Amino acid sequence: MADPIKVYPSKPEKVYFYGTCLIDLFYPDAGMAGIQLLEREGIEVLFPEDQTCCGQPAFTSGYHDDARAVARSQLDLFPEDWPIVVPSGSCGGMMRKHYPDLFKDTPDDVRAAEIAGRVWELTDFLLNACHIKLKDLGEPATVAMHTSCSARREMGVATVGPALLGQLENVELVEQVRAEECCGFGGTFAIRHPEISGAMVSEKVGTLVDTGARDFVTTDCGCLMNIDGYAEKNQQPIKGQHILSFLWQRTNATGEQTGKGGDKQ
Amino acid sequence: MTDTAEKSPHQIDVKEFHPRARAALHNPQIRQNFRKAMDGLMSKRTAAFEGWDLETLRDLGANIRKRALANLPDLLEQLEQKLTENGIKVHWAVDADEACKIVRDICVARDAKSVIKGKSMVSEEMELNHYLQERGIEALESDLGEYIVQLADETPSHIIMPAIHKNTEEISQLLHDKTGTNLSHDVNYLTASARLQLREKFMNADVGVSGVNFAVAETGTLCLVENEGNGRMTTTVPPCHIAVTGIEKVVPSIEDVTGLLALLTRSATGQHITTYFNMISGPRKADELDGPEEVHLVLVDNGRSSIYQDDQLVDTLRCIRCGACMNHCPVYTRVGGHAYGTTYPGPIGKILMPHLIGLDEGRHLPSASSLCGACGEVCPVKIPIPDLLVRLRQESVDGDKLHPARVRGHGAKRNTVEAMIWKGWGLMHSRPGFYRFGTGIAAKFRKLQPGSLGGWTQYRTAPKLAPKTLHQRMKERQQ
Amino acid sequence: MSARDTILQRLRHRSGGELTAPACDFSVLQRPDWSTAEKLDLFQKMIESVHGEVHRTSESAWVDILAGLLKSRGAQTLLVSRESQVGRTLKDAASSRDDLPDLLVYDEAIEHWQQELFNTVDVGITSTRGGIAETGSLILWPSADEPRLMSLVPPIHVAVLYASELYSTFHQAMLAQRWHERMPTNALLISGPSKTADIEQTLAYGVHGPKELIVLVIE
Repeated sequence: MADPIKVYPSKPEKVYFYGTCLIDLFYPDAGMAGIQLLEREGIEVLFPEDQTCCGQPAFTSGYHDDARAVARSQLDLFPEDWPIVVPSGSCGGMMRKHYPDLFKDTPDDVRAAEIAGRVWELTDFLLNACHIKLKDLGEPATVAMHTSCSARREMGVATVGPALLGQLENVELVEQVRAEECCGFGGTFAIRHPEISGAMVSEKVGTLVDTGARDFVTTDCGCLMNIDGYAEKNQQPIKGQHILSFLWQRTNATGEQTGKGGDKQ
Repeated sequence: MTDTAEKSPHQIDVKEFHPRARAALHNPQIRQNFRKAMDGLMSKRTAAFEGWDLETLRDLGANIRKRALANLPDLLEQLEQKLTENGIKVHWAVDADEACKIVRDICVARDAKSVIKGKSMVSEEMELNHYLQERGIEALESDLGEYIVQLADETPSHIIMPAIHKNTEEISQLLHDKTGTNLSHDVNYLTASARLQLREKFMNADVGVSGVNFAVAETGTLCLVENEGNGRMTTTVPPCHIAVTGIEKVVPSIEDVTGLLALLTRSATGQHITTYFNMISGPRKADELDGPEEVHLVLVDNGRSSIYQDDQLVDTLRCIRCGACMNHCPVYTRVGGHAYGTTYPGPIGKILMPHLIGLDEGRHLPSASSLCGACGEVCPVKIPIPDLLVRLRQESVDGDKLHPARVRGHGAKRNTVEAMIWKGWGLMHSRPGFYRFGTGIAAKFRKLQPGSLGGWTQYRTAPKLAPKTLHQRMKERQQ
Repeated sequence: MSARDTILQRLRHRSGGELTAPACDFSVLQRPDWSTAEKLDLFQKMIESVHGEVHRTSESAWVDILAGLLKSRGAQTLLVSRESQVGRTLKDAASSRDDLPDLLVYDEAIEHWQQELFNTVDVGITSTRGGIAETGSLILWPSADEPRLMSLVPPIHVAVLYASELYSTFHQAMLAQRWHERMPTNALLISGPSKTADIEQTLAYGVHGPKELIVLVIE
């Protein structure tokens, strides 16, 4: 469950950036956007080269030995006391909520708990620790926000995306019905129960299309590839990108287009 | 897809979860019935809790149940003592079969030929009706939803609203076919017909069987919630009343009931309270003019004491059977209750049934969830359902040497191929150089990515590998 | 070893660690200190929202109200208790007026007249042990004098409630009436006429319990 009361750090000099494996492979632009947003706030971004994956896929599949092995490697990446920012509700949730349990009864239990306490979802960090103020430089646009289940329920950041989008003068945020309902990704759930997952994403895309918006944003790449992939296969008029890409595009003066969902292939 | 799966998603055994889920997904009636029903129940619950400090109320619910579980054996003994003092006979049953025997023996001792039933999920778990029927004792359901389900020769598809999978037309047809009522969409007419049919049964039944919502140790009291009045009929009219309950339902004090009741009815159906809250503390006294002369309580274990052994899994026993979890579950909403093939469906079913039937027979249960957490968010007693699902997944594959699995049927889903895949994945992702090399290659050769990725690409385009990984771009940046 | 011993032993010798018994704070159930008028308004609103009927009246007028209500419903038989205030008042009234239904006194064990109760009695009238405003509930403790079926079998149940005996919440009522000290054979909260939503979640009233619940509130 999300912390009822979060104690945010004050804006730090440096942060560790934990990119996540999905961003690494499929949406590196979103990662770059996040880093650039942080740097623009005057924060030095440390990118530990040895980062790989938080371990969640093995964890939720029940292979905890393997998950622990991978997660243990991640524990070595954050030796100094800087906040760890993660551009994903799901991976952030894994580290913040589940690392303490995963390392219970191991010699790393204290270290894991300490690191978990420093993990922040990136948009939450930008809004509530950096107190970011966004200036919209873009043309009028309508967009819907998909808040992932982990962002909502594990990281407690459902209001953050709307708040950041609300700072953008020319952006109209519309809300889909049953916004709190899962999009059907669930990591390996989409592979193990494809039909149920397919039914869920089909309805999710329908509700997004019904808002009239042509674009949506989200903090989570799993949801993004799920919803975007369904819309593309079924020729539905809705396209998504990571909220960090969207925020960077709207607010940086060079007009640098990081592209939607990844560079041109 | 098997024949039977096509005909009806309602009747197949649990090993066939996938075909049954598929049948339900493609059944527009089921999709429609459940979507409408769940949307209604969700919004009613939200409305009912308006003005409440819901988090604090849920904390109270969780603490009441934790306190009860912490003292479970002592409380059960106290409950037994108090009930006995009050004149209620207490029986203990290790498993469902033993519980059925106890009920049968009481019936036989009273030369009982007909049993009328109030709603009881434990009796469904016991398959009591079937057991009694096989031994020449008629068992008739009196709760309208259960009555409908019994007429259809089905099992309940929801723990609170047993016939939720049927719409008015289907019910009208059923009542017409089985009991001769007119075909009608007038719910009042259909209800009035059921009232008439069942009234005779109440009057003539030899034994009434009910469940228990809360059993109070302090006063020796059995508490029941209901709207129809059939529960009061069942526990008042027949000369003998047998209540059946899981051993986890006991609470220490009568005050506890106020907190749990406030949560139960609002979580279940969005009602501030049910029409009747019935609290029974004894059989008919010498000077009383109605009520059963004999009251029995059957305490049923049936796997609960196994759940009790484990510090994490014990939270499963907090459940007060409100059904909010399934009302909010996107999986349940789409496949309906029968797809699970188990007495208890939905999220509570997925964490409870593996202990009752084993992780082998229930192999699909823990994974049939996207771990969205909607269930845990609404559970009135804060059961961490997603965490328990992950734990059960670990148990299913014997996936944690540090915490060896112990749930019945553990390891049933472990297969060598998948274990090797995760081992390989683990090796790659704990060796950063190897990871960077591997992902770099994948990016470079992304055009060779297969277009078809099984279940994924059945519904979606494949995710597109970026030309350069974030690692590569950061490396370039630093140069 | 008996089932009882088997079960208790397994529970007592569990393999896990210590299970904590946290403190339980019931203050979240508290409601503001409502006046009798406020409680009555809320009670009425709640019970009317589920098709309960409320008539505010007085000690001197309630029999008149009752007679009028039952006459308009064509009720022929009214079941009353032997000794309660309500029962005695009605028996006295019946001797001096002719607009009440025939009184039937519940003074025999149900086995002797079950058919008659189920098939011929139109109305049952009981006293109450107060009510609960928050949920619109009546508190009934059926007794040797006012047996359980009085408020369950007849299609109409009339309950006499004293406004001064309204509590804000169930918690308040239970503590004030000290239920933990002793519980009767049967204690009830009745919060409306019987109903069901089992047919496509459409509400229908009058399933197995009374179709109508009439509350006469003595102010």
